[in-house]
Amino acid sequence: MTHNATLPPPGPQAGQDAAQQLTERWRDGRPGPLPRLMPAHEPADLRAHLERFGAPPYRGAPRRLIGDVEAAGLTGRGGAAFPTYRKLAAMTAGHGPAPVVVGNGAEGEPASHKDKTLLWFSPHLVLDGLQLAAEAVGSVTVGLYVHRDPRLYGWLEAAIGERATAGLDAARVELIEAPPRFLAGEKSALASKASGGTALPRFKPSRASQRGVSGRRTLVQNVETLAHLALIARHGAAWFRSAGTQDEPGSMLATLHQADGRTGVVETTLGTPIAGLLRLPARAVLVGGYHGAWLPAEQAGRLPLANAALRPLGAVVGAGVLAALPADRCGLAETARVASYLALESAGQCGPCFNGLPRMAGALEELAGPRPDPRVSADLERWSGLVDGRGACHHPDGTVRFVRSALRVFADEMDHHARGSCTGTSGRPFLPLPGQTPLDDADWR
Amino acid sequence: MRKQLRVNPINCAGHGLCAELLPELITLDEWGYPIVSGEPVPPGLERHARRAVTDCPALALALSDVPR
Repeated sequence: MTHNATLPPPGPQAGQDAAQQLTERWRDGRPGPLPRLMPAHEPADLRAHLERFGAPPYRGAPRRLIGDVEAAGLTGRGGAAFPTYRKLAAMTAGHGPAPVVVGNGAEGEPASHKDKTLLWFSPHLVLDGLQLAAEAVGSVTVGLYVHRDPRLYGWLEAAIGERATAGLDAARVELIEAPPRFLAGEKSALASKASGGTALPRFKPSRASQRGVSGRRTLVQNVETLAHLALIARHGAAWFRSAGTQDEPGSMLATLHQADGRTGVVETTLGTPIAGLLRLPARAVLVGGYHGAWLPAEQAGRLPLANAALRPLGAVVGAGVLAALPADRCGLAETARVASYLALESAGQCGPCFNGLPRMAGALEELAGPRPDPRVSADLERWSGLVDGRGACHHPDGTVRFVRSALRVFADEMDHHARGSCTGTSGRPFLPLPGQTPLDDADWR
Repeated sequence: MRKQLRVNPINCAGHGLCAELLPELITLDEWGYPIVSGEPVPPGLERHARRAVTDCPALALALSDVPR
């Protein structure tokens, strides 16, 4: 069992104070206080959910919700930030059998807890969103894809059962188990698993040719995206836009890793200053998780959490992971640990990825040690170029983004290592990794 | 319609035949996997490109329309 201890303890979450302060600060002149998605500190059963939000506002026919989602400007919260309405609209075009709709709660990223936390505290908001999205695209085949975690799985089964008893929805949601792998939530891996196969990424020759579940058109939306959709259906686009920026509206969940070791999930708005979420100074800041990028802490401290500001610097908001590396840790050692993990999490299907990632991880381990072979940096740069963009999925690209950012941000540290010293004084691992990485092919089922 | 070469990286097993048949557009990386030019295939090389596609033992190479 590699996914133990991923559920947050019930009760106030660490880091909630930061979000609370932001909420207070922004209340003047900025309507729509947070949190929106998880308003209580207790997990909400159906009764609590209906008392708070009321029944899901079904529109009675397909397509009707899509205009609201477009006006709201909702984008995918799984990391890619793709406009949600375009995915919905694409499902209603064309002929053939009705599409399949799957909520993606497979959060394979070890540093991210926001989807599990959302499913734990507000399962019915996600299920509302799933059902409303299904109605919008005319689907009655609906699934929810989550990692094997007995506690969460049982809780979701109970939630689905409660809705069936209440006769709330047109479709019954089928739970689909995701294997405990980093890439299990990749869209084509999800479609493969939901079709009865292994959760391995597939080759997508072009966007238009993407095959879904059992060859049917398939809408895959991150569970947080669905929860926002459920609120947009209730409160409308203007309400949704009352938080966030003009270009990146709404709120989002973020997983924070503070330098003092505290971890928590907070709901914040797009455009919030990173310095308002992480307690700085720090050695460096990791933005966007293990497919994201390191930034110098001083630079990150001046930036908002928004793609418009981060993309020019080679970083992305991604699924909202922010980590402040403590001052006593070595950034090269942390990067090497994570790169080894990412190499083991390659599906091993594409030559450049399964040849390149282990070599890159080995080179980083060398660079993290004293007096590395001077040729290693050039090897690492060459291998990064060779794997970038050459996989069936984005695992090699994301890994390269992460590694290259480390070479930029920890350039001074590399000079120290070249002279045989390291400025890190603690060897204690900081960034979270699963206890053990499965190495068996059966683990992709 | 101009065509371009695409590799299916999952099917590709690094046989390397394509690079022998079409060195103008395909080179091999240090592990033997093809690096394929994403440029449209020049008219003079289309016949060779088709040959590389049909001769790939893993059926991993394809000619597809250049997206507009």
